[in-house]
Amino acid sequence: MSAPAMVGRREFLKTGAAVGGGLLVSWSMPLGVAGAGAGKAGAAENQVALNAFVRIGTDESVTVISSHSEMGQGIYTSLPMLLNEELEADWSKIRVEAAPVDKVYNHPLFAMQMTGGSTTTPGEWEHYRKMGALARTMLVSAAAQEWKVDAASCQVDKGVVLHRTTGKRATYGSLATAASRITPPAEVKLKDAKSFTLIGKSTRRLDTPSKTNGSAQFGLDVSLPGMLTAVVARPPVFGGKVAKVDASDALKVPGVKAVEQVESGVAVIAERFWPAKVGRDKLVVEWDLGPNAGLSTEQMLRDFAEQAKTPGTVAKKAGDPESALKSAAKTLTAEYDVPYLAHAMMEPLNCVVDLRANSCEIWTGTQFETVDRARAAEVAGLAPEKVQIHTTLLGGGFGRRANPASDFVREAVQVAKVAKAPVKVVWTREDDLKGGWYRPMWHDRFAAGLDANGEPVAWTHTIVGQSIALGTLFESFLIKNGVDDASVEGAADLLYGIPNMQVDLHSPKIGVPVQWWRSVGHSHTGFAVEAFLDEVAHAGGKDPYELRRKLLANQPRMLAVLELAAQKANWGAKLPPGVGRGIAGHFSFDSYVAQVVEASVGKDGAVRVHRVVCAVDCGTVINPDTVKAQMEGGIVFGLTAALKTEITLKDGKVEQSNFHDYQMLRIFESPKIEVYIVPSSANPTGVGEPGVPPVAPALTNAIFAVTGKRVRRLPIRASDLAEA
Amino acid sequence: MTNFFVNGKAVQVDADPSTPLLWVLRESLGLTGTKFGCGMALCGACTVHLEGKAIRSCVAPVSRAEGKHVTTIEGLSSDLTHPLQKAWIELDVPQCGYCQSGQIMSAAVLLAEIHKPTDKDIDEAMGGNICRCGTYSRIRQAIHRAAELSAGGRTR
Repeated sequence: MSAPAMVGRREFLKTGAAVGGGLLVSWSMPLGVAGAGAGKAGAAENQVALNAFVRIGTDESVTVISSHSEMGQGIYTSLPMLLNEELEADWSKIRVEAAPVDKVYNHPLFAMQMTGGSTTTPGEWEHYRKMGALARTMLVSAAAQEWKVDAASCQVDKGVVLHRTTGKRATYGSLATAASRITPPAEVKLKDAKSFTLIGKSTRRLDTPSKTNGSAQFGLDVSLPGMLTAVVARPPVFGGKVAKVDASDALKVPGVKAVEQVESGVAVIAERFWPAKVGRDKLVVEWDLGPNAGLSTEQMLRDFAEQAKTPGTVAKKAGDPESALKSAAKTLTAEYDVPYLAHAMMEPLNCVVDLRANSCEIWTGTQFETVDRARAAEVAGLAPEKVQIHTTLLGGGFGRRANPASDFVREAVQVAKVAKAPVKVVWTREDDLKGGWYRPMWHDRFAAGLDANGEPVAWTHTIVGQSIALGTLFESFLIKNGVDDASVEGAADLLYGIPNMQVDLHSPKIGVPVQWWRSVGHSHTGFAVEAFLDEVAHAGGKDPYELRRKLLANQPRMLAVLELAAQKANWGAKLPPGVGRGIAGHFSFDSYVAQVVEASVGKDGAVRVHRVVCAVDCGTVINPDTVKAQMEGGIVFGLTAALKTEITLKDGKVEQSNFHDYQMLRIFESPKIEVYIVPSSANPTGVGEPGVPPVAPALTNAIFAVTGKRVRRLPIRASDLAEA
Repeated sequence: MTNFFVNGKAVQVDADPSTPLLWVLRESLGLTGTKFGCGMALCGACTVHLEGKAIRSCVAPVSRAEGKHVTTIEGLSSDLTHPLQKAWIELDVPQCGYCQSGQIMSAAVLLAEIHKPTDKDIDEAMGGNICRCGTYSRIRQAIHRAAELSAGGRTR
């Protein structure tokens, strides 16, 4: 972007932030990085900003500024739907553009600009509607002033202001400049739900056309004049350092411009990707492996199991679980294990940096703009305001692109410092899978006590696994009384009515970087809790669905999704021979999800998932088809974790490298999925993540139903299920 | 120098002949619709057509294209009118969208070879294309829908 355009954007931000005075700005963004849609939306057109979230063009185009990243979850459609519910422009004229980094675009629930935690719709639900309503008010006022009529006597319809008695009409585009000079009211009344015309109606995504013809611009697709491309050789063990580099062969590769040491390793900087990659293959690096060279996940499994036998920090206590266990008619215990997992977004990490003496521009698909900007500024030695981030489309995020240390952004700025030219740092698939920041490995140890009727009266759950927040800037915010909420979510807030319960936690410090991964702590608690509850039901001679119903007597919303899923899946009806049915429910990100899985197991132990029935209550639904898509995607994501993936370490080294040994679920393994949405008028709650947690336990419960074998360790191993 | 045709146009590329076609398309020719996902022909994100057959361009040296015709997602249609594009839009298949160029290019070869594919045909033809967002059930529906559209079926 040219310097004047940068200034224009900053000016706009200053003014737009106040929502008060609008500003006429001329936009000259580089084609293609303007956001979704045709890639050219909003480029080089005279547009009027009515506030920081919407601009109206003289051509009647309406550009909605998305303060959140589009990573597949459909937010580039849902946010414009919210805004336009009140603005009432012609939907076919709506375009969407990624916001620059600025305080005005901070998440309403957090003091930073970010996308994650399934919080965008809940956080923006009122905000984007209000921005639309304010803009509409300004447009109507402008028309009323010009016509010298009472604004209250004007109406709007699809981007036109009308005055019925005089027959006057004016389009938003023709009113925008005058409207931008109007001071918006401090408060504005929003529509009642019964008047919604967009919210709640399945609406085609605005970004789909660009994702079917190759024009959608991801970070990896960004190209700047004179840009170089770099790949970085990183240590084979976390925390390792470069001891010695022999770059002589790398430098002989035609196209390789430089080999430079950076904090994270050795950067090979070339004219293009391929010479950079070939150059890196020819590097001879001697590594000082550091303190983590002995790490082994096999050993950690044993260590975690030992640690779980000792009491941890109490996260939740109700009643007297110790006495209740002692006096129970029957007790049972079980241990569950889940591995480290990589996010494995289809678009490997990448970051483009144009570092100048007094500015730093970054193009990347990120979920964490505020943090990335602060980190980039530190590395660049600039004030944060001198750093601008252009958020591109994300080729998947799943949490990885919300890195608490901004690892891929910091590194790219460091490379830019030594490259002395605009540079794109590209991670290969191997770099991505071996690069850490995994979903933590977890061990869950349970004990339950049943009364004479076979109903659970005591429940204890000891969790062992690394804290994600520890050592990050979120530590004080997320860790309370020694408990990282993300470690116990889904366990300490159980909805089941069990009178005596305790959840405690061990958070071992291990040199493997860990991070939030789609559904975070729920990705292990959902599995362990719902699988163990199935064991409890069987131990007490109860049907697992009926036991859940009983324990959820005081949880009407969870009960409703459970009953809906069971009913749609014909719970209790006969299945073909060899097919088992399992059920699980989980409350996460304030949403209620229940799933029923039908699966069979071959003689060789191979698991086949035939059908998944899913019911969800996520409050008011903005775009029903997006909710369905997120449940479908969450189910495949959860099944991949249940059936396929694990990251293991031996001698400190990650053993997996690409999709042959870190396998994804494929189309021929993907089940039939049915999604049912419970109608609700409650405020919207999370959608991106809650579909993930219930599917693994519903599957292992189905496997138990058909084989009588309990799966207590993910991923499910055929060898554990094969007939002897 | 390698001479070949991309989306009907003759191109001449000055790149090491062992350079994968993927990077030539993306970096030399600016056709970034074809994606890098694994570099080992494991994920299908880089699928293009070479003389009408689906290939993984991340492992195909550009020399393999010498004198031949390559079609990329940008060449599938100029105006989103290919039946697969229509079906993809109708069913809102993509989520993040990153793998979808490869998905569509694999599906295009399937439909050219089998006009009315069965679920089993789809499993076989599409098994090499990974979608991490999990859009598989919609991909399947959209291929069936595109087959209908190709056969003259009316848009719903």
